[in-house]
Amino acid sequence: MISLKDIQKGLLVSLWFVFLTFPLLVIKVNPIERVITWRWYNMLWIALASFCCYLGVRVYKSRQLTRHKRVKLGIVKERAAWSVRILKEPSVYIPFLLVVGLFALVFPWIFSTYQTNIMVTALMYIVLGLGLNIVVGVAGLLDLGYVAFYAVGAYSYALLNMHFGLGFWMVLPIGGLLAASLGILLGFPVLRLRGDYLAIVTLGFGEIIRLILENWNDFSQGPSGISNIPRPGLFGLHLSLDQSITYLYYLVIAMVLFTIFVVNRLQNSRIGRAWFALREDEIACQAMGIDKTRTKLTAFALGAFWAGMVGVIFAAKTTFVNPASFTFLESAIILCIVVLGGMGSIIGVILAALILILMPEYLRAFSDYRMLVFGAVLVTMMIFRPQGLIANVRRTYNIPKV
Amino acid sequence: MEPLLNITGLTMDFGGIRALDHLDLSVQQGKIVALIGPNGAGKTTFFNCLTGIYKPTSGDLLLTPPGRETSRLNGLKPNRVTQHGLARTFQNIRLFPNMTVLENVMIGRHCRTRAKILGAIFRNRKTVQEEKEIVALSLSILKKIGLYDMHDEFAKNLPYGAQRRLEIARALATDPLLLLLDEPAAGMNPQETSELDELITAIRDDGLSILLIEHDMKLVMSLSDHIFVMDYGKKIAEGDPKSIRNNPEVIKAYLGEDIDDA
Amino acid sequence: MDYFIELFFSGLTRGSIYALIALGYTMVYGIIGLINFAHGEIYMIGAFTALIVSTVLSIFGLPLPAIIILTLLASAIWSASYGYTVEKIAYQPLRNAPRLSPLISAIGMSMFLQNYVLLAQTSDFLPFPALIPDFAFMEPYASTIGSSDLVILVTTAVVMLLLTWLIKFTRTGKAMRATAQDRKMAMLVGINVDNVISITFIIGSALAAIGGLLIAAHIGQINFYIGFVAGIKAFTAAVLGGIGSIPGAVLGSFILGLTEAFATGYVSSDYEDVFAFSLLVLILIFRPSGLLGKATIEKV
Repeated sequence: MISLKDIQKGLLVSLWFVFLTFPLLVIKVNPIERVITWRWYNMLWIALASFCCYLGVRVYKSRQLTRHKRVKLGIVKERAAWSVRILKEPSVYIPFLLVVGLFALVFPWIFSTYQTNIMVTALMYIVLGLGLNIVVGVAGLLDLGYVAFYAVGAYSYALLNMHFGLGFWMVLPIGGLLAASLGILLGFPVLRLRGDYLAIVTLGFGEIIRLILENWNDFSQGPSGISNIPRPGLFGLHLSLDQSITYLYYLVIAMVLFTIFVVNRLQNSRIGRAWFALREDEIACQAMGIDKTRTKLTAFALGAFWAGMVGVIFAAKTTFVNPASFTFLESAIILCIVVLGGMGSIIGVILAALILILMPEYLRAFSDYRMLVFGAVLVTMMIFRPQGLIANVRRTYNIPKV
Repeated sequence: MEPLLNITGLTMDFGGIRALDHLDLSVQQGKIVALIGPNGAGKTTFFNCLTGIYKPTSGDLLLTPPGRETSRLNGLKPNRVTQHGLARTFQNIRLFPNMTVLENVMIGRHCRTRAKILGAIFRNRKTVQEEKEIVALSLSILKKIGLYDMHDEFAKNLPYGAQRRLEIARALATDPLLLLLDEPAAGMNPQETSELDELITAIRDDGLSILLIEHDMKLVMSLSDHIFVMDYGKKIAEGDPKSIRNNPEVIKAYLGEDIDDA
Repeated sequence: MDYFIELFFSGLTRGSIYALIALGYTMVYGIIGLINFAHGEIYMIGAFTALIVSTVLSIFGLPLPAIIILTLLASAIWSASYGYTVEKIAYQPLRNAPRLSPLISAIGMSMFLQNYVLLAQTSDFLPFPALIPDFAFMEPYASTIGSSDLVILVTTAVVMLLLTWLIKFTRTGKAMRATAQDRKMAMLVGINVDNVISITFIIGSALAAIGGLLIAAHIGQINFYIGFVAGIKAFTAAVLGGIGSIPGAVLGSFILGLTEAFATGYVSSDYEDVFAFSLLVLILIFRPSGLLGKATIEKV
């Protein structure tokens, strides 16, 4: 499988990476005290890692190739992905769902408040991922400023509560609607742009919102942010901190279920079909009588609506908002969830959110490398598995054969 | 009788280049009309102007559905043109490759159905009913076009000829008055072409009008009721297949100016 | 009036730096139609390499001119290597993928490189050594234009001329222009398109590294995050001029640099970045083909 030539090339690749990373990884200078630290061990690591990576990719590619050839020659049949097979088998997925459901239900009673709190964060990212999934995964509009809508939700709770004393339940839909309106407002001019320009415009827009929040002190209290935001209330009962986190947990679980329900139904509807078609071919879509702008706008606004609602929950959870929570990196994390999970795939996005958000929390050693890994995930997924961990399964209709 | 589609003085400029030059053309209800001409004559540009992908510089595109008011199609967006009853296929196939055959056809129903976001979420009776109708109608079109058995395949996995037919099925799903086919036989083998011939005739017999661009002269001559010939953006001839076959202008356009010297 | 001239020169300086980065964006976009999101990071790596190399050399006690030349060379070489490697790893396998795939890959690369430098070096701002000496002959004008401004302007001008010569008159330049116009056709006439793309990345990255070195020497400090904002601003400049067009990138950069300088000088510096971002959003909405770019019509 691995030929001598591969090893030779692997050595060359490893040599190249040693050269490439030499100044940044091996040398560290302190320009003030004029001290150089040489970190030769890093060179060793890089040499080893790049060599192994190269061979790994070679092996993967050659296996891919033989598999492809065999399928073509008809020796083996093309296998449906394991995820598809599981999802189609009721005797597998029903018990699985029951176990997951039960686990989710009792989670706050088994684990500590700290763990529950982390889980709440992960669940929030599930909802964010599913929301962005409508925009990026289903409709194919790369939105790099998704965090702006999240910020709008969070600040609308913070500000409406501070100025008008509005409660959580009141602001939850308002936050969503405000974000959606902003989405429509922004969407009108930008959605006719080509895919990559749209990405950059939304990125710029996200940064503008953050910079405004940072600089417009009278409105948003600037970089110091707004604190003492009340947690969600439960019929006016007074809840302890632990209780309110448990309460928040169930609230977010309900939110996740609600989102799954809505997104699932939308995907299998007339509008959902139009979104998928739009992702495939815009011109053909228009020629089939689909109003491009309006269809894009609904996807954009719906995505924003969800971000806005999660924003409200975020403000209620942390009881504090400031602009630093809404940087481009946040958008990138959510994008990463969608890409890793699989564009358009609900289960994939849920799984990816859990992996990407929980892993850095539980593997402390890993948490420094979080963003590095997220970046690598985006690149690797695009190259090796663009359909994501769990590919989206298109709906089939039960129709008798004739 | 008022023609279904009446085009007068259609002109399209790209910068300084005149791609279409005062083109007059009409399609009678229930007829198959062909538009032929050498490569680069402006046939596809003409289709793009007609279907709203380009905005024509000047001229009139008038559509008169039987028993209804005439409407002007100039400058409408492509989706509005389709709503008025013009549906097209593309020269280089533009299906939705990662959607199933059935879904491709269902997309065609989009402009004839209503369900909104709330309907999709709550699945009220009206939405469910509408969805059922979409599936039923799409399947009946697939049956007619001979792709029923493949309805669960991804469009990208279909053989070439079937993809071309699927494009026609998708266009038919929009309930068109006039079907615009852009080189439907391109790349087909003789067997597939003769099937296509039958299919187009059958569609015409269902009462639709058809305007097609085609290079396969055998197909054009056997199918068409009326033929328009274009060259350099201008109409150079029109008439029934027989008169076109013998028209010196047409022969000159196809074979070049000085055939004897060559 | 002095204040005006001072702002004018600072705008030109800014514009020069933007131009050096914007060229990389515009060249890559012209050839493979990709917004190379990681380009800002290449610029940042150029600045870091310059910092490390110059500090090491000065600790070794080399004379200043030698340090300057070696630093310039090192940062250009290493940045170019990074640009080359990034293209090979993250973009080349995606040549025939859907349009958004390489863009997502590029965003991933950008995050990766940013955090790679953060982890390999530090998250703090590092002081950058004063590589550009204060020239004696500039003394009388010191209030309006500094020595480093002059060096930046001259270097940029020279680099631009070299680049124009390369693209207009060399074989490589011809191959680049051919590939930009029609990649398939270029392949058919025997141009090694992969090589041309690699060369484009190498040149673009080296230019960005020069920009990184100059701006770091001018401002005097760097950190791992400088690539993000600089990258977006240079991209704004490239789009303003018409992405894909080399003179457009230069023009756009100077316009952006000058407007930024005057806006921060006469209005307020709080919203400096908001201003650039808004400009970006507005151009893309109202004139996505830019000042010198051509609008493209999609073939149907």
